Amino acid sequence: MSNVKVLLNGGQNITFLRPDGYFSFHNIPAGTHLIEVSAIGYFFSPVRVDVSARNPGKVQAALTENRKGLSELVLEPLREEQYYEIREPFSIMSLLKSPMGLMVGFMLAVAFLMPKLVENMDPEEMRRAQEEMRSQGVPSLSSLLPG
Amino acid sequence: IDVLQTNLKIEKDHIVIIFSNGRLNAVSCIDGEVLWEKDFEGESLEVQQVIQPPGSNLIYVVGFASSSLFEMYQINALNGELLKHESAAFSGGFLGEVSPVFSETVVALDSTGLILLTISFQNGKISFQQTPISNLVKDSFGPAKIIPSSVTGIFAIKMNAVTIVIRLTDENKLEVVEKTNHETSISDALSISEGQQAFALVQHAGHEIHLRVKLAHNWDDNLLKESVKMDQHRGLVHKIYINNYIRTDKSYGFRALIVMEDHSLLLLQQGKIVWSREDGLASIIDVTTSELPVERDGVSVAKVEHNLFEWLKGHMLKLKGTLMLASPQDIAAIQSMRLKNSDKSKMTRDHNGFRKLLIVLTRAGKLFALHTGDGHIVWSHLLQSLQKSKVCQHPIGLNLYKWQVPHHHAMDENPSVLVIGKCGPSSDAPGALSFVDTYTGKELSSLSLVHSVAQVIPLPYTDSTEQRLHLLIDADKHAHLYPKTPEAISIFEREFSNIYWYSVEDDNGIIKGHALRGKCTGEVADEVCFDTRELWSIVFPSESEKIIATVTRKLNEVVHTQAKVIADQEVMYKYISRNLLFVATVALKGSGEIGSVTPEESWLVAYLIDTVTGRILHRVTHHGSQGPVHAVFSENWVVYHYFNLKAHRYEMSVIEIYDQSRADNKDVWKLVLGKHNLTSPISLYSRPDVITKSQSYFFTHSVKTIAVTSTTKGITSKQLLIGTIGDQVLALDKRFLDPRRTVNPTQAEKEEGIIPLTDSLPIIPQSYVTHALRVEGLRGIITVPAKLESTTLVFAHGVDLFFTQLAPSRTYDSLTDDFNYALLLITIVALAAAIFLTWTLSERKELQENWR
Repeated sequence: MSNVKVLLNGGQNITFLRPDGYFSFHNIPAGTHLIEVSAIGYFFSPVRVDVSARNPGKVQAALTENRKGLSELVLEPLREEQYYEIREPFSIMSLLKSPMGLMVGFMLAVAFLMPKLVENMDPEEMRRAQEEMRSQGVPSLSSLLPG
Repeated sequence: IDVLQTNLKIEKDHIVIIFSNGRLNAVSCIDGEVLWEKDFEGESLEVQQVIQPPGSNLIYVVGFASSSLFEMYQINALNGELLKHESAAFSGGFLGEVSPVFSETVVALDSTGLILLTISFQNGKISFQQTPISNLVKDSFGPAKIIPSSVTGIFAIKMNAVTIVIRLTDENKLEVVEKTNHETSISDALSISEGQQAFALVQHAGHEIHLRVKLAHNWDDNLLKESVKMDQHRGLVHKIYINNYIRTDKSYGFRALIVMEDHSLLLLQQGKIVWSREDGLASIIDVTTSELPVERDGVSVAKVEHNLFEWLKGHMLKLKGTLMLASPQDIAAIQSMRLKNSDKSKMTRDHNGFRKLLIVLTRAGKLFALHTGDGHIVWSHLLQSLQKSKVCQHPIGLNLYKWQVPHHHAMDENPSVLVIGKCGPSSDAPGALSFVDTYTGKELSSLSLVHSVAQVIPLPYTDSTEQRLHLLIDADKHAHLYPKTPEAISIFEREFSNIYWYSVEDDNGIIKGHALRGKCTGEVADEVCFDTRELWSIVFPSESEKIIATVTRKLNEVVHTQAKVIADQEVMYKYISRNLLFVATVALKGSGEIGSVTPEESWLVAYLIDTVTGRILHRVTHHGSQGPVHAVFSENWVVYHYFNLKAHRYEMSVIEIYDQSRADNKDVWKLVLGKHNLTSPISLYSRPDVITKSQSYFFTHSVKTIAVTSTTKGITSKQLLIGTIGDQVLALDKRFLDPRRTVNPTQAEKEEGIIPLTDSLPIIPQSYVTHALRVEGLRGIITVPAKLESTTLVFAHGVDLFFTQLAPSRTYDSLTDDFNYALLLITIVALAAAIFLTWTLSERKELQENWR
């Protein structure tokens, strides 16, 4: 609680909190004022406070972020703020999805699945493909496929 | 502000009496409620002292109503009621301050400064007793000055650098107890046991500080007498505070906290400096950077372990640490070795440009060099030209400029900075210059100027030793060129007609543009003095507009390209003149605090002014808005933050300015075959054809300062660094402040990266540069480009100092710190093994096939 500052009108007056959470600004003239709360870890919406000129002591407050009116000047954070990204927990899927995993996976697929494709070709086709490759020097995928 | 130490209690609640701004307040210690207050402002009284005699419920307020009327007010401390008011006139007049000696006696000086007046106001009667100083001290001359002290019966006067401590005896006689040439300071009284008061006297003599603690009524006995060695670089002792503790043998021990001239704090105990703090760094005025020396082979600045034994010992310690066998001392030794050898704090340049020196000038007139790696102080230098002396009575540091930055020629010279200060608070006080070498921290030379320094203009020209030419404009509108060398004068005269600048007079609401006319005429002429002439002026009507912010581009900013490619392969050309000035003015009624006027009474007008011709290129009025305005200008856009009274929220607006005269150059065919004006010379005297685009968004927080990231080549996208009122720094991507944002962007616009329009700017907690920390008392943010294009260095200063590296578009040009080299190596090894394995397997299979 001791790190929380309550600011009036962009820093014109700064006050701190009592142990029970109360704060006070003294001798504020009538008109419209802005109260902001600065607390690490929380997001507070600034509060628009209208001090009535005609009825002394009457105060109206509303949050500026969502225009909600406040019946009493109790300020609550709108949300908590996380300043750090949460590190992703270790999982096998993330290892497999990383570039290293993809490289290894592709190599395995090529190493074990490609021979299966080649196995089912008859020897005639294979000999022709090999002669073609020797003459051209460039393997073309269409000549490797059966049929 | 004076805070009185009291032992007053109202029903167990301690009261603190505070005097500030002409008002006396009593504040409760429990909840800070102001119990009573008494205003002295209306009485035209110059209050000198507020005295609370111990053991009574009275407060005396004494002061001078005019130069010869002494006033005394007696107030009931419990309820603020005025009990007595007496005044007495003294024909000799009064001079300077008043020192309380006893509970109903004070000492003052008469207007000549040569006669001491003992003024006592017991029982409501004021009586004066005069004692000429020459009666007490032989060969005294010159007016004296009273140094007030709250110790009972003791006060000091200073005459011509001689300090004399005087005691007022019970018979109201003054007697001199000490006379010394050294700088002396007396602490407040500390009450120890049974109504006795102790106080400390500290004297600074050359390299030593002599500390003595005495009892208030017994001058001759010393409770404590110590001497401590002190470096000269902290200056003289300014203040001392003491505190006591009970030693093991039940006698009193004292510790002293000293405040030195350079605003550093030291704790002295038992003849040694226990700790020291450089609190001058909490009031930084200006910051600049300097490169570190280049790493040369054979010359290593880091301390290499020459000894094989030390190297072995170091590795043994590290091994012990890994095996968890190290003792706490070993762990500390390992940490310090790691810090010494880590790359971060080496004293040479690195090829990414992350290691630099931050040169800061503090309000105490001391220059510090901070290493960007870990923030340690490399050197510090107390500038004599900015210290109080006969020549300079009230020195004020103003600015730091890079003076000599050798990077092409003169490589064997060290870079240096120029420190500019002035010798008084007024605008025509004479200036003082100082040149400091940034590698060694030594002062190269210093000049006390006869003329004042109103404005400093660094010129874009350097001489053969890479010293940058600077023009110093004084209050009489003469321009002085520095360095005062013939070479600089010849370079300057070649560019004479091309130098323009502007000046802003906030009080009169006038902006003027200036150029040079010729050599100075008159008695102040020397070869480096030039006359100036006024080219144009813009006068803002003072009943309706008051200038509250002026911002211009940073001088060394680099713009990567003038062309901006937008959706559908269209091109817009940015208007990147360096001579643009952004001015924000507010209605006279709206220049107070936010919310102090109604929306109808206040408006904010933003101007973009060309500073060579004075043309107003753009003007926009925000009705129902007021300041304070914080703005930043970069490339071809301005972002400014202000307060919208109608919605009672803060707003941020962006203005982008584009060059319309080049807008026809849209495609290659036009460039090759058609007419184009790319080769026409650019002159600001012709009317620039510009269009502007602007937009506004709501922003939640109050802002203290705004800066923008800057990189060496300007390719990386920019982030705005917003220092919020909660002392945090938020990095907001510039794409959120793009005036071409629309509610429903088209497909082409989405590809370009335009974010759909919302009415307020999002504050993403993860984009706080300061994460979960606060830069307490944030005052300024400075960004420095590193050599690596993707990274920029950010330094935020206030009461705390904060430094970090930012990569606005993520580090696209180097591997990140957490790149997993181990995983890469393992993968390569595993793949190589797999290749080998499958190759042998396939060989074996082929062999088996052939044998079938």
